[in-house]
Amino acid sequence: MNPLKKLWNYVTDTQVWKSIFRHGTPDNPRDQSLAVLSNVALHLHPVKTRKSGVRMSFTWCMGGLTFFIFLVESVTGILLMFYYRPTLEFAYNDIIALREHVPLGILREIHRWGAHSMVITVWLHMFRVFMTGSYKPPREFNWGVGVILLVLTMLLSFTGYLLPWDQLAIWAITVGANMGAATPFAGVEGPGTMLLKIGDISLVHSGNDAKFGLLAGRFIGEATLLRFYVLHCIALPFVAAMLIAVHFWRVRKDGGISGPL
Amino acid sequence: MEWLKDVVNFLSNPTIFFTGAVVLWVLIMKYYRIWTAPKFIKTVTILSVIALGAALFDPNFAKEALKPDNVPIWIMIYSVGFFFWLAMRRGLLNDDLMAEGLPNLEKQESDKRVYTWPDLVYSELICMVLFTAFLVGWSVILKAPLEDPANAGVTPAIAKAPWYFLGLQEILVYYDPWMAGVILPGLIVVGLIAMPYFDMNPKGNGYYTIKERFWALWVWGFGFVVLWIALIFLGTFMRGPGWNFFGPFEYWDSHKVVALANINLSEIVWVQLFNIGLPSNILVRESVGIILTVLYMSVIPPLLAKTFLKKLYEEMGLVRYSLMIVLVLIMASLPIKMYLRWSFNLKYIVSIPEYMFNL
Ligand code: HEM
Repeated sequence: MNPLKKLWNYVTDTQVWKSIFRHGTPDNPRDQSLAVLSNVALHLHPVKTRKSGVRMSFTWCMGGLTFFIFLVESVTGILLMFYYRPTLEFAYNDIIALREHVPLGILREIHRWGAHSMVITVWLHMFRVFMTGSYKPPREFNWGVGVILLVLTMLLSFTGYLLPWDQLAIWAITVGANMGAATPFAGVEGPGTMLLKIGDISLVHSGNDAKFGLLAGRFIGEATLLRFYVLHCIALPFVAAMLIAVHFWRVRKDGGISGPL
Repeated sequence: MEWLKDVVNFLSNPTIFFTGAVVLWVLIMKYYRIWTAPKFIKTVTILSVIALGAALFDPNFAKEALKPDNVPIWIMIYSVGFFFWLAMRRGLLNDDLMAEGLPNLEKQESDKRVYTWPDLVYSELICMVLFTAFLVGWSVILKAPLEDPANAGVTPAIAKAPWYFLGLQEILVYYDPWMAGVILPGLIVVGLIAMPYFDMNPKGNGYYTIKERFWALWVWGFGFVVLWIALIFLGTFMRGPGWNFFGPFEYWDSHKVVALANINLSEIVWVQLFNIGLPSNILVRESVGIILTVLYMSVIPPLLAKTFLKKLYEEMGLVRYSLMIVLVLIMASLPIKMYLRWSFNLKYIVSIPEYMFNL
């Protein structure tokens, strides 16, 4: 017998291997089913899938890629957190250090270009779902969950944009934050806000309006950096992860990848 | 060469660029049988890559086109283009099959089930590996940008939001921040979530088709391709310091001054037309604009429900129809306002700066 084959047989026969993989080589229907069912990641899938839905030309794999990039961003993001401190004193210098002291380092690049990629793949995924009419009953709700995920993806990118604390970062965020000040009835420069007053006292002013809430201050500063950092590293990924779970659950419950009835 | 650049610069002017995008969209949706042919699209792709490559020899163009944070836009444009082509191509093939009474491509396979392992699992694995290779390659070639440390005292020549928001920033030219930055993005999200409840056409669920849902594709695609993606392109590559227009081959001169001669509707009516000066009462002053806005939102919906959209109205019922048409009218107000600006220098239809309410 081929020695490699022999080794393989030996390894797959050990107690350790068998304790991990509770199925044989997936080359027959029984083990193919078990391979999917007994693995926590794979069991997101059904054991059998509609042939039309497996086609790359149908789904473009864009939902799957978006999820994969989400995972890539999570891992590289955690690694970046080891090196980065969200304070005025350190933020910029930590990025410099990352770039100067790590030979061949592409951690920051992977994270940044991955983020841009995710924005693109999530648009393409939405575009595919639209073009196949997959938002139609019974998938209306999951389309809605998807729209929130789309917003979250863009907010994740947006909050991350501030963290390097360079000119590019603060001025891009300034453009966005100024919109907060224009919120009707909730921003100081928004229409109708000046109507909200008791006697001479304005209820909404630059110390409590929507922009203030966004920036944690009247201007972009250290409190903003902390706020965006927590949103970017904890709050938004947490909500996104929850909603992705709902999204996947509903893909299954709505009958799997859509196909003609 | 120079004259060609001048021509492109001239054609990139927002008025022409946007009109061109609209006309192109109309043609795309009319003649899809022609351009979905693989030969046609291959030729277009090759020609566009050659043109792009040639354009990169121009230092002004290369400066913006190759900015690290702008590189994803090219990837986005080519991938949206490719997948749009793919979806339309498959839609056309399906339409032809169904016209002959045959099952469409998806239908031919949708009753067969395949084991997830290996079919799906391996496809996913290949996708992940290819994408990882792509991302690593991209990261090796292109360094992540880092400019000077943040300094609130040093205003850059131009402050731009990240590229995926530049369509909205471009809208700021025509609408005030409360509309462009708050109401419109909010309505995009609300409209997208509500969309499945508006589109009551049961056909085209789970397969590519063009004919069976032509107007849904038309309207949604117009929003996505023309109002979202084309405006991002305009906002990124043709807007320089002061958000002034610059052709793709023009130098971004931060001293460029553009005379702003925009005026409000109230001035056009009271000052230019009646020659009596602005009335002091706000409501009287803005009455024309207010009436026009109210008419736009309240007369057009029933008018359409009685004429062109009669069938749609009967299917949807009053509540659904009203909600949908209001969202569509607000979306349509953007191109309308753009053209009013370009043709009459119109600034605001209703302008009540006293309450920071400008429309
Ligand atoms: C973080 C963002 C998202 C992730 C990770 C994600 C992931 C996925 C995955 C893996 C699928 C399985 C089919 C496929 O790959 O195409 C799927 C299906 C689906 N997604 Fe998403 N998605 C996201 C955002 C969105 C968005 C923005 C929308 C729409 C606005 C959306 C709507 C849907 C719908 C309706 C389906 C069912 C499609 C069908 O059955 O054919 N998702 N999603």
